[in-house]
Amino acid sequence: MATDAHRAIDAVWRIESARLIAGLTRIVRDVGVAEDLAQDALIAALEQWPESGIPDKPGAWLMATAKHRAIDLFRRRTLLERKHEELGREIEVREMAVPDFDAAIDDDIGDDLLRLMFISCHPVLSTEARVALTLRLLGGLTTDEIARAFLVSEPTVAQRIVRAKKTLAEKRVPFEVPRGPDLAARLSSVLEVIYLVFNEGYTATAGDDWMRPALCEDALRLGRILAELTPKEPEVHGLVALMEIQASRSRARVGPLGEPILLLDQNRARWDQLLIRRGLAALDRAREASDALGPYVVQAAIAACHARARTAEETDWRRIATLYDALAQVIPSPVVELNRAVAVSMAFGPAAGLELVDALTSEPSLKKYHLLPSVRGDLLFKLGRFDEARLEFERAASLTQNARERDLLLKRARACEAVHG
Amino acid sequence: MRIMGLLKADKESEAGVPPTRELMAEMGTFIEEIMKAGVLVATDGLQPSSKGARVKVSEGKVTVIDGPFTESKELVASYALLEVKSMAEAIEWTTRFLKVLGGGQCELRPIFEATDFPPELFPPEEAAREEAWRKEMQKKNTAKQ
Repeated sequence: MATDAHRAIDAVWRIESARLIAGLTRIVRDVGVAEDLAQDALIAALEQWPESGIPDKPGAWLMATAKHRAIDLFRRRTLLERKHEELGREIEVREMAVPDFDAAIDDDIGDDLLRLMFISCHPVLSTEARVALTLRLLGGLTTDEIARAFLVSEPTVAQRIVRAKKTLAEKRVPFEVPRGPDLAARLSSVLEVIYLVFNEGYTATAGDDWMRPALCEDALRLGRILAELTPKEPEVHGLVALMEIQASRSRARVGPLGEPILLLDQNRARWDQLLIRRGLAALDRAREASDALGPYVVQAAIAACHARARTAEETDWRRIATLYDALAQVIPSPVVELNRAVAVSMAFGPAAGLELVDALTSEPSLKKYHLLPSVRGDLLFKLGRFDEARLEFERAASLTQNARERDLLLKRARACEAVHG
Repeated sequence: MRIMGLLKADKESEAGVPPTRELMAEMGTFIEEIMKAGVLVATDGLQPSSKGARVKVSEGKVTVIDGPFTESKELVASYALLEVKSMAEAIEWTTRFLKVLGGGQCELRPIFEATDFPPELFPPEEAAREEAWRKEMQKKNTAKQ
């Protein structure tokens, strides 16, 4: 019975903790204090619920309990201040702003959640700290779960979170939804954190702790929550679309021996059509919100082109090449350019692609990037320039860190010799 | 993890009795809440079994039986696909749903995930089929280029 109650409390915590902490942060104006109060309420629940049963509205119960603790805390602080005064200090009696507890609860909880997202992903924090704080406060993950997911020790994560909360307090970061020109930059920090969590889960491999792939689900959930909180922001829907479509391929992207399978070689029957539909719907919402082509919307649109093609041959490469043109405009980078070259080669033939790739060979940031010679080798091979192709495959093989990939590249290098006779 | 919630049919759902306006409004609020929580992936209500059919194939013989079907306890009135952290979380959401509904019974069934089939349990014939399929695809791709 007690175990049942504990399991139920865990579930209630998972559902309610973010809203609870968000509401409390608005009252006490300090994320750390808010989380402590929420934890106190959780402890009270663990003590009382196994006896009394789960209350009818567990979220409201937790909030009311935490609120009482907050009032106690304020009383103690006020008392302490008075004592200091009695000690003869000549400070003006500074009335401590007593928050309006009731109004704070009735106000829009959604706004508080959004404020909590913005503060957790605030640029004063390091990226690691943003990720840890977001997963902890909004994802409801424990410190131990975050540590396992990111392959670091629990004390490291705990310290990151403590420091992050301290920084937010010291820098007096306001608990608010940024407005005007700030909004775009701050929102992109939130999106970056969510996508980083997703990618961390996406790159998990077979032997990893199950907490790692679960990060994809955590990120998707955060993204879906954010999309409901900011329905007018195209980039939010773009990121959700991108994650839904990428997640739709998770069953197809690893072979029976744990080897990665490239997009064009995947068995599309194993793609999750439900997630694809959700992804395409999210992309529609992005388009409805605005015509602007931000980086996530464009990446999602590219992913959607693949998702819509029932076979690899049906892929609309011309459209993908156009979208990569757009992506190169919004986030120009040599890696985007290389991807654009691949799309162009698929749409207009290997010679057109090679022209773009050749322009990248002097790019210093790609000097050690194995995909550059790998792509170049592939295009040269298709053009029948086997000697040059072999050299590129060999160079790519010497640059990659991945043993399976190296084998594949060396195999392709040997194939060049064979064709050459 | 994904969990499918199946709401069992009862006399009213089988008779096609529409919900009251109040219930519709309350359910609307609840659906919005669970959607905003990023938990609800899909949901639909099913029409009464009188509109349905059962298809059976036994030793090559096909039998089609039109509804309605009598054993309403075994019938499903609606489904919801939830993406949750644990079975406990799905139970909590389902409890809330049933409270809004004013009572009822749901069956919760976790959905098989790719990770439920570890590589060593991947049946060899399936792996072979997968492999053949991939080779075929590769051949097609190379042929095209």
